[in-house]
Amino acid sequence: MSEVKFISPETIEQAVDAYSKSSKEGNTKILAGGTDLLVQIRSGISQPDTIIDIKNIKELKEISNDNGSYTIGAAVAGAVLDEEEDFGNNWPGVLEALKLIGSEQIQGRASLGGNLCNASPAGDSVPALIASGATVKIQGPEGERKMPIESFHVGPGKTNLKNGEIVVNFQFPKKQKHSGDAYLRMIPRTEMDIAVVGCAVNVTIENDKCVDARVALGAVAPTALLIEDASKALIGSNFEKKAVEKAALACEAACNPIDDKRGTISYRKKVSKVLFKRALEKAIERAKRG
Amino acid sequence: MNEMDNKWIGKNTIRPDGADKVTGRAEYGADTIMPGMIWGKVLRSPYPHATIKSINTKKAEELDGVFSVATSADCVDFPVDTPVILGIQDIRWMARNVLAKEKALFHGHPIAAVAARTEEIAEKACELIEVDYVVHPWAIEIDDAIKPDAPILHDFIKFDGKPSNIAGTLEHKKGNIEEGFKDADIIIEKEFETAAVHQGYLETHACLVSVSPDDRTTIWSSSQGQFMVRAMTSFITGIPQSSIRAIPAEIGGGFGGKTIVYLEPVATILSKKSGRPVKMVMTREEVMRASGPTSGSKSKVKIGAKNNGKITAAQGTFYLQAGAFPGAPIRGAAGCCLAPYDIPNAHTFGYDVVSNRSKVAAYRAPGAPIGAYAVECVLDEVAEALKMCPLEFRLKNAAKEGTKAVHGPTYPVMGYVETLEACLSHPHYKAPLKKLQGRGYASGFWFNAGGESSAQVNITEDGNVVVTTGHPDIGGSRASIANITAELLGIDVNRVSVLIGDTATIGFSNLTGGSRVLFASALVVTESTNQVIDILKDRASKIWNIDKEAIEWENGEARPAGDNAGKFKPLSLVELAEQATPTGGPIGAGHQVNTVGAEGGFATHICDVEVDIELGIARVIRYTAAQDVGKAIHPAYVEGQLQGGVVQGIGWALNEEYIYNKEGKLDNPGFLDYRIPVCSDLPMIDTILVEVPNPQHPQGVRGVGEVPIVPPLSAIANAIYNAIGTRFYSLPMSPPKVLEKISD
Repeated sequence: MSEVKFISPETIEQAVDAYSKSSKEGNTKILAGGTDLLVQIRSGISQPDTIIDIKNIKELKEISNDNGSYTIGAAVAGAVLDEEEDFGNNWPGVLEALKLIGSEQIQGRASLGGNLCNASPAGDSVPALIASGATVKIQGPEGERKMPIESFHVGPGKTNLKNGEIVVNFQFPKKQKHSGDAYLRMIPRTEMDIAVVGCAVNVTIENDKCVDARVALGAVAPTALLIEDASKALIGSNFEKKAVEKAALACEAACNPIDDKRGTISYRKKVSKVLFKRALEKAIERAKRG
Repeated sequence: MNEMDNKWIGKNTIRPDGADKVTGRAEYGADTIMPGMIWGKVLRSPYPHATIKSINTKKAEELDGVFSVATSADCVDFPVDTPVILGIQDIRWMARNVLAKEKALFHGHPIAAVAARTEEIAEKACELIEVDYVVHPWAIEIDDAIKPDAPILHDFIKFDGKPSNIAGTLEHKKGNIEEGFKDADIIIEKEFETAAVHQGYLETHACLVSVSPDDRTTIWSSSQGQFMVRAMTSFITGIPQSSIRAIPAEIGGGFGGKTIVYLEPVATILSKKSGRPVKMVMTREEVMRASGPTSGSKSKVKIGAKNNGKITAAQGTFYLQAGAFPGAPIRGAAGCCLAPYDIPNAHTFGYDVVSNRSKVAAYRAPGAPIGAYAVECVLDEVAEALKMCPLEFRLKNAAKEGTKAVHGPTYPVMGYVETLEACLSHPHYKAPLKKLQGRGYASGFWFNAGGESSAQVNITEDGNVVVTTGHPDIGGSRASIANITAELLGIDVNRVSVLIGDTATIGFSNLTGGSRVLFASALVVTESTNQVIDILKDRASKIWNIDKEAIEWENGEARPAGDNAGKFKPLSLVELAEQATPTGGPIGAGHQVNTVGAEGGFATHICDVEVDIELGIARVIRYTAAQDVGKAIHPAYVEGQLQGGVVQGIGWALNEEYIYNKEGKLDNPGFLDYRIPVCSDLPMIDTILVEVPNPQHPQGVRGVGEVPIVPPLSAIANAIYNAIGTRFYSLPMSPPKVLEKISD
């Protein structure tokens, strides 16, 4: 391997400054846990001249709870968030999605920010983040901006981040009473695999009626999708069969998958409906409990 | 030997290799380093099928840090039309698989190799090698390789007088097949397909080779046979076997895949040309692309039976992929598939089909799971049509002592019936099933093998024992040999140390494979140990000044017997060792022989699955494997072999497959998308060790390692049918395939 410049800033400003400068000179990669980046470097897919390690930036490692609204640093590892007991009570779907990434060892490094920026259509945490309604805080040379997760990706491996911009944290809405989220994925094995289809559902229930719903799918299109027609079908319903079926059909219709070694188009479409229904059931159960 | 009196045989003694393995001390193929060592890397073909017009290595040789470059021009030239047979391999093909000569025959085929100061420089140098290719159309699947206008891989291979990709055939016949089907009340005929699957050993191929200026060569590598490594390297490099010392490393899995060489001859050439020790380690991707999987297949099986449940005739045709060079395991498919049954009229036929895939290598009972998959699935359908329990149906047709097998032999004492009876009386057989759960059954057979083995048993000066054999230990042979030696000598097993010799320190021993090692090495170790006991009695006779015949060896000591009984205080092994020098010198004996008398192994498996019909996922939820193991010398290791074979069979049945893309390249060369089962995919695999000792072996040993991968493919397919009423004729039964078929 040729020489690689390794920068380990301690503030966001330093990181943004270094990133915007080095990006102009060559290929720069941001390193959080490195669970995607190191694999890409080893296999020759990525050959960076500069690596900026953001793990030492305090804000990116912070977890805070402001009266029920969580802010999670972009580089917080899955295992760390798992130990934050109350987060899992509020956003069990987001946590279960994050925890599906890789093995026990990977969980010590893998982060929401890394999973988002890797921009794989099959990233497990992305549909769950979309369904939660979280926004991502971005900082760049021109300052700070926020974006809903569903607007973050452009295509496989491509994001809306501009030159020099880094993801700082995720801001979750205050969890509504009687709401619940869930994430399910289909893999041929039971673990250590990549989603063939992933589905996240977040519902809020009032007097047995669905008052809010967000549904997201992963691995069925170039980016993870927010399925607005599924939300429309559910909101105002009692989750009666007709409404659920309509929402499931909306999921299927939104799918724009590819045929590849992990699954066929027809398989992914069928499975999106099934996973939606199962995730919905789980989300409803959680919503009724909390 | 009276089994009840056994002290060590049949006991789960502590594994002699265990401490090193769990503490990370065990030395595997990639662990050896040497001063001055450099690194070898391989340039591989970017095309599945191309003629190599020229290779220009000048730029690579000129790169700073490069020491040597190797191509097939550096290998011994074996003309394509003259077979050079070594065991079951042909060195013509082996040489061309190690470094392509006239043609690149698969994507990933080695074209040249570079040794350089670092791996990175070697890789960079590989990119500087200029190869002039003429690219040809290619054939990956069997149907594409055998169609009339198929691209021909090897012009001189002829079938029916014409150039063909069918490189060979094999058939077994018994009785009159037409008459047999005429007698049948019911006939079922089905076609099947299986995908190519890899052995999936965790340790990738690795070696270190040092060639001195006078060609004396030392090879450290992970393989299933140090003598195989020596012989193949000698053939391909031209260095005589007497100048090559091959030292076996601990092996991180082989399952048949390490019974041939990939790197050792290349590293030898690179070392010879550079004067430096050369190390080579394959990446996982290289292992998947260029080391042997086992064949994918297509087959057709027809079975006829009377209403009373007796099979009257069976016919099977099996096409097996060989990869780029001839040598598909058709014998395993056509030879084993009907072996558990007494069938009066039968005909099996195998085709060896070359195509633009990596050359297949042995994989646990090579070919047998493919044959059994088709036969055992059809048997399940016949049993259903006859409204018979699948196990009772098999029992009614089971081969027994005296049955003439379709593949030739007349069976001696064997335990197939016992495996069926063990399953019928096991709680699993009657356990209740829930909705969408199903139970399937299947049987299987593997030949097992004998062959060359050498052993040396030496008594140390302090009266302990060192046993050296010549087979890499991949399934517990050291622990088992320790048990046997301790039993024969009547001493504590911890006083016996068992080592694997290198090619310079022990006599020729054939490779570890065929489920032959314990059978063969137990024979030579038993003979050697008996010779040692004879020597020990001789030494005692000298000390006591009585006839050797008047001495017996019991419980680790020489005792005066007959008229002399009680006249002298017994002499222990330690005491005799102390007096070794005055009584005649070092005590030890060796034996080497081509062992005969290996007998086949039979198994019957019960499998429960649960099918998620919305997602198409079949999961194995309970599994019981019954097998005639002859005699379990170390039962925990035997159970481990059964469980391991079943797990590999589950992977083969459900998710594993070589997936090729439109460019003729393997699309899933890693463990992420080549899905071997992970622990959470599996239930505990229960085992039933049926012991019908092999009468032709002093300890009753039969091979145990290969039979357990034979039944799972069909046991799982039959269980899925039982669960959801849909039969699958194509492996793997992966979720997209299952869902598509049940949605129809």
